[in-house]
Amino acid sequence: MSNFAIETVGLNYNFGNQVVVKDLSLKVPTGSIYGFLGPNGAGKTTTIKILLNLLQSPADQVFVFGKEINSNRIATLKRVGALVEQPAIYGHLSGKENLINRCILLGLKRSKADEMLALVGLTEAANKKSNKYSLGMKQRLGIALALVSDPELLLLDEPTNGLDPNGIIEVRNLMIDLATKHNKTILVSSHLLAEIERTATHVGIINKGQLLFQGTIDELHLLSKPMLEIETDDIESAAALLSNSGYEIISKTDKKVILPFTSSKDSGKINTLLIQSGFTVYSLYQQRKDLENLFLDITKNN
Amino acid sequence: MRSLYISLFSEFYKSRKTLAFWAAILLPVVICSLVSFGFYSSSDKILKMNYPGLMLWARYSGATLNVMGMLIMPFYVIFMAFSVNNIEHKNDTWKTLFAQPLNKFSIYAAKYLYAVLLIFLCLFLFAALTFGFGYLLQALVPKYTFNQYNPTTFLFNAYAKLFLSSLGILSLQFILSLVWADFLKPMGIGFVGTIMGIVTASLNWQYAYLIPYSLPTLALTITKVKPGGDPLAFDIFTKDVYTSLIYAVALFVIGYFIVSKKSIK
Repeated sequence: MSNFAIETVGLNYNFGNQVVVKDLSLKVPTGSIYGFLGPNGAGKTTTIKILLNLLQSPADQVFVFGKEINSNRIATLKRVGALVEQPAIYGHLSGKENLINRCILLGLKRSKADEMLALVGLTEAANKKSNKYSLGMKQRLGIALALVSDPELLLLDEPTNGLDPNGIIEVRNLMIDLATKHNKTILVSSHLLAEIERTATHVGIINKGQLLFQGTIDELHLLSKPMLEIETDDIESAAALLSNSGYEIISKTDKKVILPFTSSKDSGKINTLLIQSGFTVYSLYQQRKDLENLFLDITKNN
Repeated sequence: MRSLYISLFSEFYKSRKTLAFWAAILLPVVICSLVSFGFYSSSDKILKMNYPGLMLWARYSGATLNVMGMLIMPFYVIFMAFSVNNIEHKNDTWKTLFAQPLNKFSIYAAKYLYAVLLIFLCLFLFAALTFGFGYLLQALVPKYTFNQYNPTTFLFNAYAKLFLSSLGILSLQFILSLVWADFLKPMGIGFVGTIMGIVTASLNWQYAYLIPYSLPTLALTITKVKPGGDPLAFDIFTKDVYTSLIYAVALFVIGYFIVSKKSIK
């Protein structure tokens, strides 16, 4: 159990009659960046709130660092930093004052506030009222607030929401940095797959409150069968030839034919066959189904 | 205890630039200044009445106390209960506040205590400024008789009663403002309650003391004066003050129960 920073065991949660989280068994390994994927309304934020004990979970269903959350609330929260939904910031206070207030609550030195502002690149805006901040700046201040206690576990709910491309790259690099150099465990939720694919080591896919997939990013890739995409000068005839020669055609567009990828050797054979039959082969390459499509496939069946 | 102190200090830090905090200081300064200015500018008329020291103090401090006790105090308390909670509603910060490694009771109690402290500060300043400005008036208008009577006990008792009798309203409004994020519901209920309180208290309705909003008015109504005794010497702990304290404690406990069961959506 202690190998997991977060473990939920058959977690169920309802808002009245509405089931929000159903039989959820998350396993977030210590030191991982766990991408928590799902469309809007899938139950991601609810799960994060349960992990923060903001929503009461049934007993013995949620464990953080191996400890049951309801009976170890304060001890658990000491080790967790979080950014939930829109960053919670006191608009009438400056960015620095927001951080100082958090330092007061956590019993930290006030100098920590400047450190955090520098870390998220808000030093110049430190004394500006935070309700005058742009969305991206607020998001960065939110991340700074989550990091100020130097927590072992970070729960980030769509941290790149509203950030410009530069900001997104910064947050991404920050997360990788925190996980690799500072041994932090990060659970990051998103509905953007490309985003998760670039940072996460582990992935959980949730839809309608149910976990549809959980594993490493490589395991997720294995789920998607690789394809062989071929571009030639005459798609129609090439497709007909391959089909007659016993190859399965998955699809064909006006530019390429797509077959299941079996091995490099087979790909070579197909190439030779096409060329010997007088086709000009522009390109022939192995393609993995991207996460976007994979995600749609997985959630569609739910 | 430490987390209570931390939360309390954080409440101060958060609100130190808001109207809620400054109202506690500005309200007594403005009202006491106005009343004192009135006593200064119309000193001719007042001097004609030939008040002895006791009566002059009673008239002078009564001008502030009556306005405070009847109208401003309940609304001020309602406003305090609202603003201490609204700072979290407005910024959507309940979720982060309760995600801190502090026990929920400390967070809740600190908020409540902070509102109590602000009301205390406000009333303390009222008493202190009334006292100070009284002696200032004496210095400016030497014919006044403020120096013939020492109002310390009277001012202390009156404001202590006002303070204690308003805690019932505070606890009630605190719950309303905790549960509802909007301004109108707690304010509307508070407004209706205050009017009801004033009406029932001034009609001397037998059960008026059961309505928290009528308690400040009732507390300031001097009922019994011992023959030959000082009419400004009265008890602090009367039925209305006890009722207010019972309301305050009971509703404070209920409020905590609501907070601890509250799911932060």
